[in-house]
Amino acid sequence: MDPVTSIRPLLAVAVAGLAALAILLLNNREKLRDVVSPLAAIAMFAIVVSMAPTVLAGGTIDLHLFEILPGIDFAFRVDALGMVFATVSSLLWIVAAIYSIGYMRHLNEHAQTRFFACFATSLAAAVGGAFSANLFTLVIFYEVLSLVTYPLVYHHEDEEGWAGSRKYLVYLMGASKSVLLAALALTYHIAGTLDFVAGGLLAGINASPALLTVVYFCYLFGFAKAAVMPMHAWLPAAMVAPTPVSALLHAVAVVKMGVFCVLRVVFHIFGTGLVDGLGLGIATAYLASFTILMASIYALTRDDLKARLAYSTVSQLSYIVLGAVLLSPVAMVGGIIHIAAHAFSKITLFFCAGSIYCASGKRNISDMAGIGRRLPWTMGAFFVGSLSMIGVPPTAGFVSKWYLALGSVEAGDIAFLIVLLVSSVLNAAYFLPVSYVAFFGTSSQESPATVREIPMMTVPLVATAILSVLMGIFPDYFLALAQGVVR
Amino acid sequence: MAFPLLSLIVFTPAAGAAVLILLRSDNAVRWTALAVTVIDLALCILMLARFDTATHAMQFTETRPWVPALGITYALGIDGISALFVFLTGLLGWICVLASWVAIDRKVKEFMISLLVMQALMLGVFCALDLFLFYVFWEAMLIPMYLIIGVWGGEGRVYAAFKFFLYTLAGSLLFLIGVIVLYFHGGETFDILALTAQDLPFQVQAWLFFAFLFAFAVKVPMVPVHTWLPDAHVQAPTAGSIILAGVLLKMGAYGFLRFSLPMLPEASVHYSTLMLVLSALAIVYGGLLALAQDDLKKLVAYSSISHMGFVTLGIFALNFRGLEGGILQMFNHGVTTGALFLFVGLIYERTHTRSMADYGGLMKAAPVYTTFLALFTLSSMALPGTNSFVGELLVLSGGFAANLAVGAAAVLGALLGAAYLLGMYRKVALGPASVGARFKIRDVNAREMTAILPLAVFVLWVGLYPKPFLNIMDASVKHLLAQVHAKGGGQ
Repeated sequence: MDPVTSIRPLLAVAVAGLAALAILLLNNREKLRDVVSPLAAIAMFAIVVSMAPTVLAGGTIDLHLFEILPGIDFAFRVDALGMVFATVSSLLWIVAAIYSIGYMRHLNEHAQTRFFACFATSLAAAVGGAFSANLFTLVIFYEVLSLVTYPLVYHHEDEEGWAGSRKYLVYLMGASKSVLLAALALTYHIAGTLDFVAGGLLAGINASPALLTVVYFCYLFGFAKAAVMPMHAWLPAAMVAPTPVSALLHAVAVVKMGVFCVLRVVFHIFGTGLVDGLGLGIATAYLASFTILMASIYALTRDDLKARLAYSTVSQLSYIVLGAVLLSPVAMVGGIIHIAAHAFSKITLFFCAGSIYCASGKRNISDMAGIGRRLPWTMGAFFVGSLSMIGVPPTAGFVSKWYLALGSVEAGDIAFLIVLLVSSVLNAAYFLPVSYVAFFGTSSQESPATVREIPMMTVPLVATAILSVLMGIFPDYFLALAQGVVR
Repeated sequence: MAFPLLSLIVFTPAAGAAVLILLRSDNAVRWTALAVTVIDLALCILMLARFDTATHAMQFTETRPWVPALGITYALGIDGISALFVFLTGLLGWICVLASWVAIDRKVKEFMISLLVMQALMLGVFCALDLFLFYVFWEAMLIPMYLIIGVWGGEGRVYAAFKFFLYTLAGSLLFLIGVIVLYFHGGETFDILALTAQDLPFQVQAWLFFAFLFAFAVKVPMVPVHTWLPDAHVQAPTAGSIILAGVLLKMGAYGFLRFSLPMLPEASVHYSTLMLVLSALAIVYGGLLALAQDDLKKLVAYSSISHMGFVTLGIFALNFRGLEGGILQMFNHGVTTGALFLFVGLIYERTHTRSMADYGGLMKAAPVYTTFLALFTLSSMALPGTNSFVGELLVLSGGFAANLAVGAAAVLGALLGAAYLLGMYRKVALGPASVGARFKIRDVNAREMTAILPLAVFVLWVGLYPKPFLNIMDASVKHLLAQVHAKGGGQ
């Protein structure tokens, strides 16, 4: 199928960018300002979905804007992999936008205009990255995303906020101004372009294997947003942000941008053939496995609910990386659809953490005994999200883990199957007690009657819980896209 | 003879300086200086508009006999390498006037005269096609710059001005010896193009290379002859710092491009590894020094050493990407570091302190100022999307092609850059402290905004669409490389 040229990818980015502008202009008109984000989110989702049929049919949508350097254009290309990321981000922005209004209003947070403007810009950057046609364009959006999420992380402007945001920036900028920069310069030197190519840009190029190996690892650690250990420590630090940020950005947009970049490098810069030829697949798979298990163990030891969720995210991101580098088609499909599965479930869990905090002021799991009786919807949704994280049918997590497990068998290495199983047990061990304590735990102090559901937050979190189940029952859309990438 | 556009560009500021002598009121002086520099910028834009990007040959050339007996002519002309710097000098000229509007409150007339004379001489350096003429402009620049630092500078201005003078003069003397040797070996002519066509024996090339190296290295400055720079910057008034960082530092790198590479190709190729190592040293050492600073101006000054290291790295990578990146990075550094010095000056006018420890939380007190400061800080650390990133990617790509280890060291310098620049921004603009409570700080006004905006435009323009800028230099860079590799071997 010939590529279609259309302005829609730019439009999707522009909607969110203009929304940010409108939010800034409506600084003093709170009600009007707050309507902007949900409307922009709906518009963006509509634009993204309108491109789906072409992509599902195996085509791409291109928009070439201008040449930056010889061999490097500022250009968009909507393909199956980008579509997965963009669909998830824009769909979840709709619910997160509504949830944020509830959250920010309930806590009477300061600097709400800055918050919503940065939030909208983050989405513009995420979708821009999803639709980038080459590494240069992608990296521009990647860095914009780092920058505009920075004020969201220091939002509270207290000591904790400054310290956390500093770590956030040190990791992300440190990685991109060192190893990522080197990787980009070397790739440009070797290939003369930074375009994404089906089968791999570097695949047919004669370069020393040692140099290519260095470049590969520079990318893997340079995209620190993927949080492959030891580049993970910024993610727990980012939890000082308000919960909607942790939910949409640090469980979906920002971290998925990281793994998305890694997948781009594996599939379209190196190509699976070259990754295999250099023996990098197995090495990365071990690294990812280590991250999966270590992060799960960290998660077990955290009593702060958001910290536990953060480490869980670190672990789950490496599932996606693992799926890609196992280099078996089935595992790759599993890794790619885990982008969506993890997004739906993890955003639910973060929404719940925020809902609990707004309703009761509680952050530690040990204080949440019996809270499920006051917040049945929230804790019910939390339970559903947990099941999906563990991979219980018929949730979304089951589908992706099923493919990952099949893929590791197909790849012929039982070790990774064991990693998946052990980590599922660990997932159960750190998620199920939360639900158990919430519903069946007894505390000396019964939660006061003022602890009750906040509708503007409960509706979104129930919606994402339902999405987690729906994707488990009807995974066709994401499966079709993922198979389109692998094909 | 065609319309003498270059003479007009060079001598408009000088003529303006002459007019200033007649004026009495400070305000008349300021407005006239502004008018002159704006006209000069308009002429520079006209020059770029009429610039033919298809050829590497000298354009807008003018030749008049001057001292025929010695083969000295008044010859001007520009190619793709000098065109951008003529424009950069014009671009920064009127910004310097604006930056001095209220900051300079005594001997305004004398200051503006020095500024305009300085501008004329700098433009002359970039346009000169006769070595003798070049040397006259080059040396004469010392005088107004010495005055700008020594008369209108800070507390330690006399020491700083003297140090600047001595370093540069020492370099210039070696350069003069080199010029004389070149004159006699090159057929007793000062014509730069004719000298470029000469084939000098390698021994002569090697000696000349080091004579030139010393002269140019002081200007760039390269480690270890950089120590005059922080003193000069800290003591200089804002406009002096902008000129120094924006244009004067480029002279050294321009010298390499105009003299060392084309006239001494064998020596340039032979010693390129040495130059790459020196560049990497400057990048890393300058970065480390910047990291250790508390004084804002010193931080930006040391960052210049690091950034100019990228320029010389690109030049001596001796390949297409490296050279284009190096030249583009010279332009970028002029814009970005010029802007950063402007910003340090603006805030110093309000608080009279440059110690970062005195700041914090400036975002609340001056949101517009800090927003633009963020843009230029990110540009200086070469964030993707800004001007410096394009240059940095080209330089590194060329650098890696030339020498992997040097490329890796340069990447380390880039990381240091991120560390001290983001650290600087955090300490000044963010954080729990509130500088607004201790000082009465107003945000930028219209005059200051006028100086800031054009620079901001170039940050994003070059960052996203550098093609027009690269087009200007393409033909000349290709020609230069062909010259170097035809005679000097390599690649």
